[in-house]
Amino acid sequence: MNNDNKETSRPSPRPGFVLDVDRNTPPIVFHHGENFRLEKLPAGRSRVVYPSEPLEGLQDPEGAIKNALLNPLGDSDPLPSLLKPGMKLTIAFDDISLPLPPMRKPDIRQRIIEAVLDMAAEAGVDDVHLIAALALHRRMTEDELRHAVGDRVYDSFAPRGLLYNLDAEDPEGMVVLGETPHGEEVHFCRRAAESDLLIYVNINLVSMDGGHKSTATGLAGYTGLRHHHNVHTLRNSKSIMDRENSALHASNWRMGDVIKDAGVKIFQIETTVNNNTFGREGPLALLQKREWEWNTRDRGQFIAMQRGLDLLPVKAKRRIFGGWQSPYELTSVQAGEVEAVHQKTIENVYAQQLVTVEGQTDILTMGLPYICPYNVNSIMNPILVMCLGLGYFFNLYKGKPLVREGGVLIMSHPTPWEFHPVHHPSYIDFFEQVLTETTDPIEIEKRYEKQFAEDEWYIHLYRNSYAYHGVHPLYMWYWGSHAMQHLGRIIIVGGDQKAVRRLGFQSASTLQDALEIASDVVGSQPTITHLKTPPLVMADVI
Amino acid sequence: MKALRFKRNIPRYAAAKIAGNIMPGSGASFGPIDLIQEESPEIPGKDWVKVRPRLSGICGSDLATVDGKSARYFEPLVSFPFTPGHEVVGNLDDDTRVVLEPVLSCASRNISPPCTPCGEGNIGNCENVTLGEISSGIQTGSCHDTGGGWATEFYAHPSQLHSVPDEFSDEAAVMVEPTACGVHAALAAELPNDGVVAILGSGTLGQVTISALRHFTNPKTIISTARYPEQKRVAAQLGSDIVVNPEEIHRAVRRACGTKAIANVSEKSPDGRVDRLTGGADVVIDCVGSSKSISDALSITKPNGRIVLVGMPATVELELTPLWHRELQLVGAYTYGTEKLPDGEATSTFDLAFELVKTAKLEELVSACYPLDDYQEALKHAANAGARGAFKIVFDLRDERERNIK
Repeated sequence: MNNDNKETSRPSPRPGFVLDVDRNTPPIVFHHGENFRLEKLPAGRSRVVYPSEPLEGLQDPEGAIKNALLNPLGDSDPLPSLLKPGMKLTIAFDDISLPLPPMRKPDIRQRIIEAVLDMAAEAGVDDVHLIAALALHRRMTEDELRHAVGDRVYDSFAPRGLLYNLDAEDPEGMVVLGETPHGEEVHFCRRAAESDLLIYVNINLVSMDGGHKSTATGLAGYTGLRHHHNVHTLRNSKSIMDRENSALHASNWRMGDVIKDAGVKIFQIETTVNNNTFGREGPLALLQKREWEWNTRDRGQFIAMQRGLDLLPVKAKRRIFGGWQSPYELTSVQAGEVEAVHQKTIENVYAQQLVTVEGQTDILTMGLPYICPYNVNSIMNPILVMCLGLGYFFNLYKGKPLVREGGVLIMSHPTPWEFHPVHHPSYIDFFEQVLTETTDPIEIEKRYEKQFAEDEWYIHLYRNSYAYHGVHPLYMWYWGSHAMQHLGRIIIVGGDQKAVRRLGFQSASTLQDALEIASDVVGSQPTITHLKTPPLVMADVI
Repeated sequence: MKALRFKRNIPRYAAAKIAGNIMPGSGASFGPIDLIQEESPEIPGKDWVKVRPRLSGICGSDLATVDGKSARYFEPLVSFPFTPGHEVVGNLDDDTRVVLEPVLSCASRNISPPCTPCGEGNIGNCENVTLGEISSGIQTGSCHDTGGGWATEFYAHPSQLHSVPDEFSDEAAVMVEPTACGVHAALAAELPNDGVVAILGSGTLGQVTISALRHFTNPKTIISTARYPEQKRVAAQLGSDIVVNPEEIHRAVRRACGTKAIANVSEKSPDGRVDRLTGGADVVIDCVGSSKSISDALSITKPNGRIVLVGMPATVELELTPLWHRELQLVGAYTYGTEKLPDGEATSTFDLAFELVKTAKLEELVSACYPLDDYQEALKHAANAGARGAFKIVFDLRDERERNIK
């Protein structure tokens, strides 16, 4: 795909809003994996939550980064004054799961790490390690690391073993720093814990990211993660995107206190990007336009794209979409003390993504795209489909869920019965073994978590291949547990029927069929809300 | 007498093979098997007795014969024409109900002294299957002189007969012979206590083997493969801890054993299949006998582990490197004889089979009965039993006019 993007002077970006669907409303574009569907929503009782248009990016990212490092927030000193000769410095950074889709070069992480390293060099710091904060995600490949940190940084550090992926299963490389008052063990990267300064470089794509979660989760292993990556915590995170009401974040914040009390000094650098996911121009630009504003060319282009994609084999479509890199623009960068930084970051995330929505709905619809945090350069398997819909998109709310308790969620995605054998080996076992016996998250946690977490083969593949950790598919399932508990029915449109059934959901071939099925639960004239994302939008439901 | 008679007829045998390849069980419509009416056969020897079958089962080896898929290995071990049928419950002339133990051993051949295996009670290993007073045939059902169970009458040697307790239904009694095969396989496995055993195939033979393992051994985990929902349900009911689709067996065994695997990551297999395990099950019992199932067994059995072939394999193509490299034991389990239980006690396989049929209610595996006249439909049903939610298909001869003429 052509990633060219010629910026021109633009009118001010319009905020997100809620469209009430009437007879004149054109069909709405639903993401559908590596394709799209045009769906006509019932007039008079449907609405569409549109994302804000992309905010203007910072004109001088390098300048903004330097300014943030020199003028930190909270009680932190400027970065140069924290850097001393002979010190031990660790720079940890977000992994391949951020941002989505991957951003065009230069990646924000590269810009920041280069700025930090320049300052470290000036200060005479020569003991520097760079660590991809994977937690239990798969290791990043050389290409992926190069993309994130840039060739210059990679070539300077990786060959000497100073740039690497976290290995959270290395008993020598991990340490327990202590326990929170709730008895949660804080499991942490030993190198980071023993450094004089830990700098964390984040991309805060959604409001769930960042803060103490960057280090308390990103640099932890199973011993620590199990205390918040569990069904109880996730069911009490309403939502995981709203830190103040998220048990997941409360746990991470408690762990952050333990990390601080253990003497780990953290200099947090957080960034936000705008909603320029598909470009203001180019082949996918119309995905950022509102349907009633499409011109004849847009309509023709969409139909041609849809038909072309219909004809392509799945692998070719994956290759095309997998090659897309978003022309995200940096909208803010802030550095310093973790909580002060994160508060500002969240304000900036909300400025781009938050849209006020009045009241809940009977049916929530969403079109799931081809990508989620765990299938970059990979395959979106059925468990990841579930996680993207129920774990991420359902949780894109503050206040109350968009859909009422007992309501229906309708997701559109092909949901192929297909797995990436290298990236997701334990997902295959989870799908074959666990889901044939139960889909109840509590039961799964009780009966299978230990087996999957401690399986030596999975651990071997996590450490030596490019596999997600054995317990990861269970975490995906837990991620959806709040939604599963809240919803009366879950329907997938256009999915592989066997795969959808295995997930425990219902399958429908069209949206109309899905609405018909949903009528058993919500009656024949339900209210419908479509969450039109990506680009990202988060509902503030009042 | 009415009987299904299998003749040596090469063109029709070839036709059966073609038909059987197109649709399993349809070899009966084109092959050298016919329903005939004829006078009662001659008695093969002075001790022999007439048996009038009540129920007579259709087994996998029968289907292989009908569909032209039997190994040429058997050619000198059978005598044409013959009447198939070796899973039989029937009546003697005095109406005593009996179950047939069909192996034609030294005793039935009037050979004395018996060969060493027969002398030790392992009649399935008889060395004299082509000798003695009757023509060649390893079992009733493959010997011209004795006749077979797919008929209104045949002859049996008293050494082949077991009285049926009154509490046994005919359906239970007809399950004793196939159950004995499963018992023999389960005990031939020599499964260590708390061992992991995998059973490939969940047809009748697989099911009775699962039941025998659960009843006579002490496994930690029994894993079985099943393709169809009813097979899965019954396998779990009879004692399988884990039931998976055949293509999932590698991963299932790996999980159960906590071993590692060698993953197939080629572009051509993006489905995450695992080629083979580094460790594996202590024992794998193959109740299918195909190239694929034996290859699977070789890849999921732990080094120095044991593979038991129960399903009749015929001609297969195999990569035997793992057998060599992992020092596996590949053993066959044919019919029955005398078993040594884990506690050291020696018992006849049939006695154990009677016990197991009763305890596990294996008569429930009898899914459908057909009159002899409908043999073509019966054989098709048997060949497609799994897909049709069935297990054992039997001929019901209780109402055959010829059987009841005294």
